Amino acid sequence: MIAIIDYGVGNLFSLKSSFAAVGADAIVTGEKDIIKKADKIILPGVGAFGDASEKLYASGLSDFLSEAAADKKPILGICLGMQLLFEKSFEYGEHKGLGLIKGDVRPISDIIPKDLKIPHMGWNSLDFCGERSPIFKYINNGDFVYFVHSYYGSGCKSSTIATASYGVPLTAAVSCGTVFGCQFHPEKSGKVGLAILKAFCEIGG
Amino acid sequence: MITKRIIPCLDVKDGRVVKGVNFLGLSDVSSPVKLAKYYSDNGADELVFYDITASAEGRSLFTDILCKVAETIFIPLTVGGGINTVEDFDRVLKCGADKVSVNSGAIRNPSLVYEAAKIYGNQCVVISADVKRVDGVFRVFSKGGRENTGLEAVEWIKRCVDMGAGEVVLNSIDTDGVKNGFDIEMLRKVCDAVNVPVIASGGAGCAAHFTKLFKELPKVDAGLAASIFHFGELTISDLKKELYANGIPVRI
Repeated sequence: MIAIIDYGVGNLFSLKSSFAAVGADAIVTGEKDIIKKADKIILPGVGAFGDASEKLYASGLSDFLSEAAADKKPILGICLGMQLLFEKSFEYGEHKGLGLIKGDVRPISDIIPKDLKIPHMGWNSLDFCGERSPIFKYINNGDFVYFVHSYYGSGCKSSTIATASYGVPLTAAVSCGTVFGCQFHPEKSGKVGLAILKAFCEIGG
Repeated sequence: MITKRIIPCLDVKDGRVVKGVNFLGLSDVSSPVKLAKYYSDNGADELVFYDITASAEGRSLFTDILCKVAETIFIPLTVGGGINTVEDFDRVLKCGADKVSVNSGAIRNPSLVYEAAKIYGNQCVVISADVKRVDGVFRVFSKGGRENTGLEAVEWIKRCVDMGAGEVVLNSIDTDGVKNGFDIEMLRKVCDAVNVPVIASGGAGCAAHFTKLFKELPKVDAGLAASIFHFGELTISDLKKELYANGIPVRI
């Protein structure tokens, strides 16, 4: 069973439907007892980093996620959920993340050419980095996925498994051990996105 | 590289997809769920669902259909029509919409754009404007293109973007349904005025119209159309092949 963590950030309807579409049993929940029984954990999120990270810490889910990562339970952070895996973010101030991925989260306006629009929104192609990640088992280098974000994962070269080019390469996906993160939305990325979720479901048998 | 988006628009009334010519003479096309699935499987980059129902029964039927659509397709979904309050945003977002487009609701109450952007983020708020030339001036029309609001279009759109709208759908009433191509002149004015994505709407009659749009206005992010896709005159995959052959980045 896959637990999609509900901590009051964003709409989880599409995410739940997309796991159903790949034949996985997924539950949207904020209850630790249920999350504990899950084989895998999804950390979703849209909105602002500070607000989301506060909610994670206030609910105690932050420690819980760190323990799950230490136990080698596969975790997938999506969009803001990916950013929360990092050590900290500079979105409206400075906020502490979970520190499961080395690096921090910075505004894309720092690095992209000035004539490009913010957010980086739309379909962009993935450029795989290094060895192919198990979550990319069923997709190809160059496949398109859907992005909406104004901040990016920085200083995470060793854990970057794919980038997307927006004037400069932006971190598109990361992994460290059994912790994975996608800046894009697999649940909004058509067949390619579903194939990524399917591959994640199969990690660790 | 980020691609240009091709977006079919589904006007829904009483649970069915309809499309008007110059907003008049609606004709029935197909089931919203079937059509949405077809487009999602055949290369659409995003879908726009527009609720043109007037009654409360029609609205709740629309909301039910929206949930079914969101369960079936896994591409971004924008919803518009009858969005007048923050509660309306909440209603459609809970059904699985990703973005919400406001039109007459923002004209009646401009602070709606600001309020919604504050709660759901700019990327969630789309300002949709129906614009027509009146004595050489671009005027915003409300109520499905029936009423001249007197607002100057570029000024109005800029104001909405300043208040937090993260995307603009510009529908030219002058070219809508005529199938003679997009309104490049009108689109250029808006593209030059704002720095958020602009979606061109109204006038697509063939693949060449999309090619012309993206070639002449590289700042346009997406092209939206309805009847040309619904009646099978042009498939999205054929359109994308032609765009690709013309050097325009698309998701194939």
